[in-house]
This record gives sequence, structure tokens and C-alpha cells, in this order.
Amino acid sequence: MTADPQTHHAVWEGNIEELKGLVSEKAFSGESMILNMGPQHPSTHGVLRVILELEGEEVLSCIPDVGFLHTGIEKNMEYKTYEKSIVMTDRMDYLNPMGNGLVYCLAMEKLFELDVPMRAQIARIVLAELTRINSHLVWMGIGGLDLGVTSTMTYAFREREVLLDIFEMVSGQRMMSTYFRPGGLWRDLPDEFEGAVQNVLDTFPAKIDDYDKIITQNPVFVDRTQGIGFISAEDAVAYGLTGAALRGSGVNWDIRKAMPYSSYEQFEFDVPLGQHGDVYDRFIVRIAEMRQSLRIIEQGMKRLQKEKGPFRSDNRKYVPPPRAELGRSMEAVIHHFKLWTEGFRPPKGEVYVSIEGPRGELGCFLASDGSPNPMRVHFRTPSFVNLSALEKLSKNHMIADLVGIIGSIDIVLGDCDR
Amino acid sequence: MGVSSKLGNLGVVTTKLEDAVNWGRTRAMWPMLFGLACCAIEMMSTQAPYYDASRFGMELMRASPRQADLMIVAGRVSRKMAPVLRQLYDQMPEPKWVLAMGDCASCGGVFNNYAIVQGVDEIVPVDVYVAGCPPRPEQLIHGFMTLHEKVKEMKWYEWAGK
Repeated sequence: MTADPQTHHAVWEGNIEELKGLVSEKAFSGESMILNMGPQHPSTHGVLRVILELEGEEVLSCIPDVGFLHTGIEKNMEYKTYEKSIVMTDRMDYLNPMGNGLVYCLAMEKLFELDVPMRAQIARIVLAELTRINSHLVWMGIGGLDLGVTSTMTYAFREREVLLDIFEMVSGQRMMSTYFRPGGLWRDLPDEFEGAVQNVLDTFPAKIDDYDKIITQNPVFVDRTQGIGFISAEDAVAYGLTGAALRGSGVNWDIRKAMPYSSYEQFEFDVPLGQHGDVYDRFIVRIAEMRQSLRIIEQGMKRLQKEKGPFRSDNRKYVPPPRAELGRSMEAVIHHFKLWTEGFRPPKGEVYVSIEGPRGELGCFLASDGSPNPMRVHFRTPSFVNLSALEKLSKNHMIADLVGIIGSIDIVLGDCDR
Repeated sequence: MGVSSKLGNLGVVTTKLEDAVNWGRTRAMWPMLFGLACCAIEMMSTQAPYYDASRFGMELMRASPRQADLMIVAGRVSRKMAPVLRQLYDQMPEPKWVLAMGDCASCGGVFNNYAIVQGVDEIVPVDVYVAGCPPRPEQLIHGFMTLHEKVKEMKWYEWAGK
């Protein structure tokens, strides 16, 4: 597959030999058909391209072609200081900006052995869970749209505005918040935060019940999703699936429970599990996850009322001093100058941290050579790993079902390609 | 004056052909359903109830470029995506417009690296640039209105060339 330099047209020169080993022998004799889907397709959730081998409408094999949104984020982060790189993580999985910032900050804190005050830890959990609801809402809206339940999109985006207003309130930006910093938060939570989150806690349970009804009592939706895109628990583990794609098959694995981070062990919540491992169960699991997120947020808000301590660490080697200190302390001025010109110099070492993102295990590998820039940053992104199971999931299904299957593994191509 | 004073209140409006055609084009400008990255989510918010792009006759996103008038480049364009984007642009029928949504599409944004096209104007002619990372829906709507103003200024002899 090459791009013609004369016309800039993307032309596949029709060399079917390139697909040898990926498609069955039937494709070479003309018995089955090769069809290109994407990268500009309304149901591929971004710029995924899928090469399909079809017999009639049945999918014999499907080859995902990723990289249309490759942004070079990991490479770019090597050229920025640790703190400036947080900006790049937001733009990676753009439905989960707070989660990306969280995993990167946790990796930095593990590398520097930096303690985070309890207020910041709880605030991070509340915001990460709000982001999870936000991400699931977009998934529900678009996933429903793909399968003909068009009303979910208008509802989901209406509710999403409420959450985006909260993110804007705390960070000044609707989507790319860059609110989590090494050692805590960018600034303390504003006073209005409590009321705004309380409004979410008051109104969302009834709304989520409504969406549950819209989806589970819609006969068209149920018929199109039950028994579609099945994957067994063993296969799901073997493919390395995480998140709702794994729990839909009944495997009880949630990083928040298995390897708690940011004080998740102090919170009570359940891990919703599916039974059948089909598209329908993955939908149900995500809807139930939204309810559990609300539970966590409710507990977090109660904790935040008591935890009135500092919102970031006072380790001046990594955390900038507060503005008021600059007028009094020469040392603070020096620290401020060093942090904003050169950045900090962490110890040498390598760390790996993972969190439970809305799509599954989101991991961050960080290697430091002692300089102010990271030597290597790598993200283990759930979309990329979950996408590898697409062929298994869609085999021998109709091409119309493929749309629902792609929706059910909830990929974000920015997360996948980075 | 002239013909309009003779017509009186017969219910006939006189106007220039240019104005009538340009008015029609601005009132039913169909964007292409083509999201790339983060900005696409804000583009969907613009379509969704709160901001409601149907107030501008732009609620109908066409998945096929052959039915679209406006390409909103919503997000960063990678080197791999660039030929695809150009092909989509070539498939759109005249008259067509391009709106570069967000910093990445306008100038590369924060991604000054090997993978990202430093501004979509390297591959397609852009009519309106919208700043922001990502732009708020209000900013995108402002971009729409700026484009509409531009379309209203078009002359008949530009139609063929556009």
C-alpha cells in the first residue's frame, strides 16, 4: 500500500500478495471478496481501517490497519521535561484525559518516590471516575448510534456537558485538562466543585436507569447484540483483553481491586461482570460500571469534606512553591526558577505503573537516565491490545455486526496509535 | 426603485442571483462526517442538543464525501492519513470548503514532530482556521459563521473556479 506522490491519492496498487497469510486461499481464486472499510467510515470510531475478507455478507477474516492517527507522542515526550510532557498525555486517549494524566503522574511519583497528600489522592479518584462516566457516555452514545439506537447520542452528549463543565471549573479546559501534576494537583479544587458534583450524584442515577431501559428494552438492539461477538473467558485472557471487554466474559479483573493505586483500597465498590462474553454483556457491564463510579464519587466527596489538607506535596525538588512563598523565601525563588527553566532531575531507574482506565488497563513505562527529560516513555494502551482480538470476535459474523463489535470493545484510535 | 416600486405589494421579492445562490449555500451547508482526533469529540458536541448545529442548517453530517459541501478537518493529520484526506477532498463536489478545526489542523499544534502534517493547508486549501486545543463548540460555531460570511461575499464569476 503506497501513496502516489504525483496526485497524493491513496492507492492500493492491487497487489494481493501483500495479504498472503492474512486472508484465506479463497481470496486469491476470487471465491471470496476483499473489502476495505475505513479509515473514513462513520462506524470505525475514528480512523481505523479494516480490511475484510467476505463471503457474501459473512466476514471470513478481518485485518485491522492502525496508525492513521500516529502522533509520535511518546517520542515527543522525550524532548520535553517531565512536567511539560503531561500536556501530551491528555491528547492520547482524548476521552480519558484525566486518566492519562493520572497514570503518567503515578509513574513519575513512583520514580521520584514522591508522596501525594490524601486530599489530592481523593480528588484524583473523584475526577478519574467522573472521566470514566464521561468516556462511557460517549461510548454509549456512539455505540448506540452505530446499532440504530440514535436517541442515545443526544442524551449522552447532553449529560456530558454537565461533566465537562466540572472539568472546566477545576482546570480551565473542557477536555484537555492537564490538572494532575507530580505530587498532587495543579491547584486546589474550587469551592463550587462540591455543589456541581452533588448535582451529578443527584441526577445521574435516574438518567442511567433511563439509558439502561433505552438499550436493554429495545428489541432491535437486543437482537443485534446478544450472541454476537462472543469471546470465552480463556480466550479473553489469552488475547490480553482488559476492561469491560474482559469482564464481559466473566473474568474478575480490575486494576482498582487487584493492584490499588491512589487509595482505591479505601473505597467500596463492586466489579460488574458479564456472563456470556458477547456484545450485549459488554454493554451491560459498562452501564453497571457507571453506577459503581457514582458510588465511588459519593464516597470520595464525603472524604473530601474532611480532608482539608494540602493539595500537593511540599517536596520543593519536584513541586513548585506556592506563589506567596516567592516573596518571602530566596530558596523558593531558586526552586521556582530551576523547575520552570530546567525542570527537575529525577534518579535513574525504570518504573511501570498501570491503572484501570475506561477501556482497560492503561499502563505507563517510564525510564529515566537522570536528565530532566524522560529517556523513554511508553504507554500500554488498552485500545491497541483490545483491537487485536477483533478478528477473533468478528469471525463468521455479518458485516453489519462488525460495527457493533467494534463499538463493544470501545476503541479510541488516539489511544491505539498514540 | 425601478421594478420593485412597480411590483408594489404583490409578494414578489427581487434580489441578485448571487445573493440568492449564496444564501442558499449558507443555509444548507452539509459537513462531512469525518472525525480524526480530539476535535471530533467537540465537533460531535456541536451537533448535539446543547449547541445544536441545526440552527445553522448544518446538522446533517454526510458520511460520503460526494454529498458534502464542507470538510471539517477535526484533529491532527498524520503523514499516513494525509493522502486519504486529500482523496476525500478530491471526491467532494464543487463548491466545497475546508475548515481547519483546532491547532493541529491549522499549524501542527503541540505536535511538532515527524508524524504530523504541520497544518492541513499543506495538502488542501483551507477557508477558515479555528484556533483552540480543542476549540470549544462556540468557537467552531463562530468558525461556521465566519465561513458563511465568506460564502455570502462570493461573486458569480468565482463559482466556476471555486
